[in-house]
Amino acid sequence: MYPFNYQNPASSAAAIAAVKGDARYLAGGQSLVQAMKLRLSQTGTLVDLNGIKELKGITVAGGKVIIGAMARHSEVARSADVKKALPALADLAGGIGDQMVRNMGTLGGSLANADPAACYPAAVLALGATIKADSRAIHADDFFKGLFETALAPGELITSVEFPVPERGAYIKFKQPASRFALIGVFVAKFGGSVRVAVTGARSHAFRATDIEAALTKSFTPEAAAAVKVSAAGMNTDLHGSAEYRAAMVSVMASRAVAKALA
Amino acid sequence: MSDMSMSPNNTIGKPILRREDQRFLTGNGQYTDDVHMQRETAGVFLRSPHAHARIKSIKLDAAKKAPGVLAIFTGQDLLDAKVNGLPCGWLINNKDGTPMKEPAHPCLAQGKVRHVGDQVALIVAETQWQAKDAAELIEVDYETLPAVVDTGSANAASTLVHDDVPGNLCYDWGHGDKAATDAAFAKAAHVTKLSFINNRLIPNAMEPRAAVASYTKHDDSYTLYVANQNPHVERLLMCAFVLGLPESKVRVIAPDVGGGFGSKIFLYAEDVALVWASKRVGRPIKWTAERSESFLTDAHGRDHVSTAEMAMDANGNFLALRVATIANMGAYLSTFSTCVPTILYATLLAGQYKTPAIYAEVKAVFTNTAPVDAYRGAGRPEATYLVERIVEQCAREMKIDPAEIRRRNFIKTFPYNTPVGLTYDVGDYDATLTKAIKLADVAGYPARKAASAAKGRLRGLGYSCYIEACGIAPSNVAGALGARAGLFEAGEIRVHPTGTVTVFTGSHSHGQGHETTFAQVVASRLGIPVENVEIVHGDTGRVLFGMGTYGSRSLAVGGTAIVKAVDKVIAKGKKIAAHLLEAADTDIVFENGEFKVAGTDKKVPFAQVSLTAYVPHNYPLDKLEPGLNENAFYDPANFTFPAGSYVCEVEVDPKTGDTTICSFTAVDDFGNIVNPMIVEGQVHGGLAQGIGQALLENCVYDKETGQLLTGSYMDYAMPRADDLPSFKVDNCVTACSHNPLGVKGCGEAGAIGSPPALINAITDALGIRDLEMPATRERVWRAAQARA
Repeated sequence: MYPFNYQNPASSAAAIAAVKGDARYLAGGQSLVQAMKLRLSQTGTLVDLNGIKELKGITVAGGKVIIGAMARHSEVARSADVKKALPALADLAGGIGDQMVRNMGTLGGSLANADPAACYPAAVLALGATIKADSRAIHADDFFKGLFETALAPGELITSVEFPVPERGAYIKFKQPASRFALIGVFVAKFGGSVRVAVTGARSHAFRATDIEAALTKSFTPEAAAAVKVSAAGMNTDLHGSAEYRAAMVSVMASRAVAKALA
Repeated sequence: MSDMSMSPNNTIGKPILRREDQRFLTGNGQYTDDVHMQRETAGVFLRSPHAHARIKSIKLDAAKKAPGVLAIFTGQDLLDAKVNGLPCGWLINNKDGTPMKEPAHPCLAQGKVRHVGDQVALIVAETQWQAKDAAELIEVDYETLPAVVDTGSANAASTLVHDDVPGNLCYDWGHGDKAATDAAFAKAAHVTKLSFINNRLIPNAMEPRAAVASYTKHDDSYTLYVANQNPHVERLLMCAFVLGLPESKVRVIAPDVGGGFGSKIFLYAEDVALVWASKRVGRPIKWTAERSESFLTDAHGRDHVSTAEMAMDANGNFLALRVATIANMGAYLSTFSTCVPTILYATLLAGQYKTPAIYAEVKAVFTNTAPVDAYRGAGRPEATYLVERIVEQCAREMKIDPAEIRRRNFIKTFPYNTPVGLTYDVGDYDATLTKAIKLADVAGYPARKAASAAKGRLRGLGYSCYIEACGIAPSNVAGALGARAGLFEAGEIRVHPTGTVTVFTGSHSHGQGHETTFAQVVASRLGIPVENVEIVHGDTGRVLFGMGTYGSRSLAVGGTAIVKAVDKVIAKGKKIAAHLLEAADTDIVFENGEFKVAGTDKKVPFAQVSLTAYVPHNYPLDKLEPGLNENAFYDPANFTFPAGSYVCEVEVDPKTGDTTICSFTAVDDFGNIVNPMIVEGQVHGGLAQGIGQALLENCVYDKETGQLLTGSYMDYAMPRADDLPSFKVDNCVTACSHNPLGVKGCGEAGAIGSPPALINAITDALGIRDLEMPATRERVWRAAQARA
């Protein structure tokens, strides 16, 4: 780790004011701090968000689940309200990393980092969530732009995320065996007559599987998802799975997610 | 030896809790990194970012001026100081009788770097961060060279890892009777042939390598704390071959060590550089490897490319086995690298079978990868994998039940001389297989297979009947085979005046639980409470000598040395007791912690004898020295031969290639067992590592650049608890015939026997012949797709 300055503001406004130049926000620190320790990342100032009360909290109201950006994965996983309203999201949060990661990692941190294999982006996309930043709201469909790249402007701060509650939803994570990130993660969400399906782990960033969405809109069954042959074009290839394998697993996991949603 | 079966202090065979766990589980272990010396400095190694490059220049000026920097050393400094390179501990001769190639192994790179992570400079600073900052200021001008990475093609590569080693060939070795083997193949009714890659592994001990080196001016001596499995060997090699120091001036301490699995047997360059530099700097230097350094520079394991052919008669009787193997040595010869794919591999190719003719040839090659050396099993897993995979394939091709073809070919009479140079003293392979089949409920397998099929899953069953050799011995035979070290063990029993005992052993415990097991052995033999026995190991300043812990040798070899020393204590105690009881020495018997005059009720307890030895007022001083302190060295007459039968049952999801291990059954014959709980723990750990190799773990270098692609836990898949089933473990016992405890060794068996059982099960499920380790989901999925 290289030396850095540290600030611990008490409000979002103070945090936003403090982030200048090469300063960065520190949320749960489960990716950033690791990179800093390995000297892969050098930051002049860390602006710690952990003391900001307004970024915390979970509320369920008006058919929406609203989660503060600094909510820990373990809080989402354990929240009785989330479990009742959007059990698939609690299930997803409970499967991120290990217990120590879940006790520190945050929803906002995960989304801002936009790791290509992170779980939360699949939920945000499939549920059509709205990401509330300090000065605007960004729809999930417009949020993920590339590898570790989002629509956030430099210094822009996620404050909360608003998840519409679907009629049915489920997440299946097919883990990369070493990191236990998602090799393929598929979130399916059924809202009345429409179905949204989002995939993480397969490409540079999470995306919607529109072919599968179309098939499931016609018939919300595991067989319908399994029958879709997903193109391997643009999919990641690495030690843990070729593009061809990943593409095949998208259909399989979508099919299993539908079965789980129907169960 | 007295009959100790009646003694309340006899704990042999009892699963008493590990005494060392109290400190380990409460955070009170004292590892090398926990050692803090006055005026301690920090050492950091600058390492090569390239797999293969010529060093054109190294500019140190800016780095030397950086804050806190005390000194920076490079290969040139070691050359100027006439510090030698690292030695190789085993000489292998080529088929033509010429010796293997032993290229220089400098402690800091000289002229070239040969693998990513090769150490280029040692930076010593007041703090680790200052040393790391300074390392970034060192400018090394590299001329990158093509990298030799692939094991199978290294011999044919146009690039040379070492300019003085043509064809990157360390040796071309042969073992067994080639003519007899060829003749048997000529008359075979059927030949089964398979090709294998035994995948390269990274050891991943929980504690990374670490060292604290210090120099004391007043007596011109050195102390090295180091995470190591055999401190005396470390000292011997470092003093005699590298630094030219007298051993009397060097103390090596291996305190609590958090796992080794072989990777901490060896003398590493960092250890030597730190010891040498500690005198130059005049202050202690500490270095603890970061996890990334462990991945890059701990000696790796396995990495064989092999073909095997088995000749059979029409009834599936094995006639001959022919094996050709290419073994990767990495960039340099690590301490025992050369004996692993030869002496510890080809000699085990008979397995449990009476195959009459066997011939193996092994080519060892250099590549631009980290050195490869012994890793849990060391040669025996590679041999077992090959034998048990081809035996299973023989059964399939001959349409004989895989258990039956094994039984048909089992060695049944002992001692048995194999055609590859070993003499198995005892064993009962039918018994372990029968017990394993029962425990695994093989009878119920067809119903379970049908149930799996009903839910779209493919079920498979695989066997592995392994044999291994522990306690490599005797020294003179090993010497004739090229060993450059002895293979005995030493032990000392220091009886204190009050009758408590300190045992000094040359074995080293780094997870094995010796402090408990050895205390059980000594306490049971002396008939004293186990709490009265303390075990000391891992310090050349306290332990008389030792060859350390590797190859599952500690109880069979180190334990025997201790037993011999205990028996000397008892023999001397009888003389003291005879004096006290006014009887003849020959009339004294030792039972349950008491010396007795045979046939009378006259007796004296052990503690009174020990007190008399140290307060010799009523003592035969004219005939006997005072004190009660004995030591012994033990050089085994033969290896021990643990063996067992493993049964693995898997369920494969053909849609994803995901393999679930439904059950894993291990029935081992370790001879007599001192602490069954510790033995079971060793089996569990071994199975986890073997299953890790077969299903998950793989060290991968980029074929072009030689960069390590699996350099962290993000990409190197370690087995975790939820990857494993609840193991079914049991034992059969045939006692080892040539050590007094009748023990064989249990540390590596699980890692040796399990990979072929798992791969045999998956190939059975899929109905396929070939499947490389690790059986990743994509590999299995592809096989399932091809089958569909």
